[in-house]
Amino acid sequence: MMNNLIVAKSIAKKYGRIIAVDNVDLCVKDGEFVAITGPNGAGKSTLLKLLSSSLHPSDGEVLINGVSFSDDRIDIRKEFGVLSHESYLYDDLNAIENLRFFGNMYDMKGIQLEEQIKMLLGETGLWKRATDRVSTFSRGMKQRLSFARALIHDPKVLFLDEPFSGLDPGASKIIEQLLIKKSSTTRLLVTHNIEFAISICDRILVMDAGRLVADFESKDESVRETISQICGIDACV
Amino acid sequence: MIKALHIAVKDFRIEAHAKELLNSMLLFSFLILVVFSIAFSELTSSSGNIAMLGAGVLWICFVFAGTLGFSRAFASETQNGAIQALKICPMSPISIYLGKVVFTISIMLIVEAITVILFSILFNYTILSPLFVIVVIGGTIGFASVGVLLSALVQNIKAKEIMLPVLLLPLLVPVLLPAVSATSAIFKGGDLGMITTYLRILFVYDIVFLAVASIVFEYVIED
Repeated sequence: MMNNLIVAKSIAKKYGRIIAVDNVDLCVKDGEFVAITGPNGAGKSTLLKLLSSSLHPSDGEVLINGVSFSDDRIDIRKEFGVLSHESYLYDDLNAIENLRFFGNMYDMKGIQLEEQIKMLLGETGLWKRATDRVSTFSRGMKQRLSFARALIHDPKVLFLDEPFSGLDPGASKIIEQLLIKKSSTTRLLVTHNIEFAISICDRILVMDAGRLVADFESKDESVRETISQICGIDACV
Repeated sequence: MIKALHIAVKDFRIEAHAKELLNSMLLFSFLILVVFSIAFSELTSSSGNIAMLGAGVLWICFVFAGTLGFSRAFASETQNGAIQALKICPMSPISIYLGKVVFTISIMLIVEAITVILFSILFNYTILSPLFVIVVIGGTIGFASVGVLLSALVQNIKAKEIMLPVLLLPLLVPVLLPAVSATSAIFKGGDLGMITTYLRILFVYDIVFLAVASIVFEYVIED
């Protein structure tokens, strides 16, 4: 039986009068692949930032393996990797320099780091461009390198915020396959692509107006119908 | 502290590739010196006059070139949202702040060293004093500790290029007063006791601002 790796207890995020995330309770099991969907402005990305500790909740707490962020934020972060629609890369550094820097940030060094860089650049098909500046990369290549950046320290949890946004079908397919390969990693994916979420995720969470309004197993027959009602059909395709 | 150094080294690598910051700061500093050397050409024939003007001319160069540098201090972090990846790295936000401060101080000291050499060429006046070096280092630490914090603060503001100097210059008064006064006293060959007093004020301000900025930096980079 899988353990609860991430537990969110009544978390909320308020910006003045605006409530971005409203009293969300959530459990994610170790190794689970969870999709979070919902209309624009539903609070999906904010929820992901709260779970990944890049935002402080206004209320509630997040526990990772039973440890609260407020107790040990720095050690918990060693287990996290983040992939977003933004690359989080430095355009004026080359691919190896980018990965080496982020490896250093996760206390990696020496041969272990160099081998990890070589392996990830090989997996993402970027080895031949390893010494080229990121500013010369296409959007798809940047996103593949960003995927390598997120995995440089072999994280237990991967937070994915619309990683396919702006990618052509070919580049999306490569990222999808890389994601599917990481079956032992707990993955939380914010996406509008419902069909993709149904096909590869274990669970689908639906958010609306900052609240978690539905929680499905992806095999559940009523997923499409319910999501369409909440998001509107156009938003879900 | 090791991660802060990694961040500073990363910024040096970016600067080595991009060559944006150093070139623009040096050019700006050089232009100010040229303008002053032309404007004060009749006064600069006497070393006594240069001793009167020198501290002001040099610190104007340092402050304006430095302000130009601060406006780019977080540019690499915001370009592709890299600050978001740094924020969830396993380290204290203080490391990000200190990394930026170390990089900024280093760049400023390079610019200041070259500015002093250019000053001695254009004004035909050489200043070789260890006290002067200490004053410049002290002033630069205070300047960078405030500048980096404000640079992070204005990153999400629309008119950040305007807001940065507007916020920065008033806050710099406590560092500029002892730094300019001490430099002026050194140029004039003033009393060592007075210079030491200015230095004490300068370094106290450096410590206070570094400490305060380190504490508040986490809230400044929060979304």
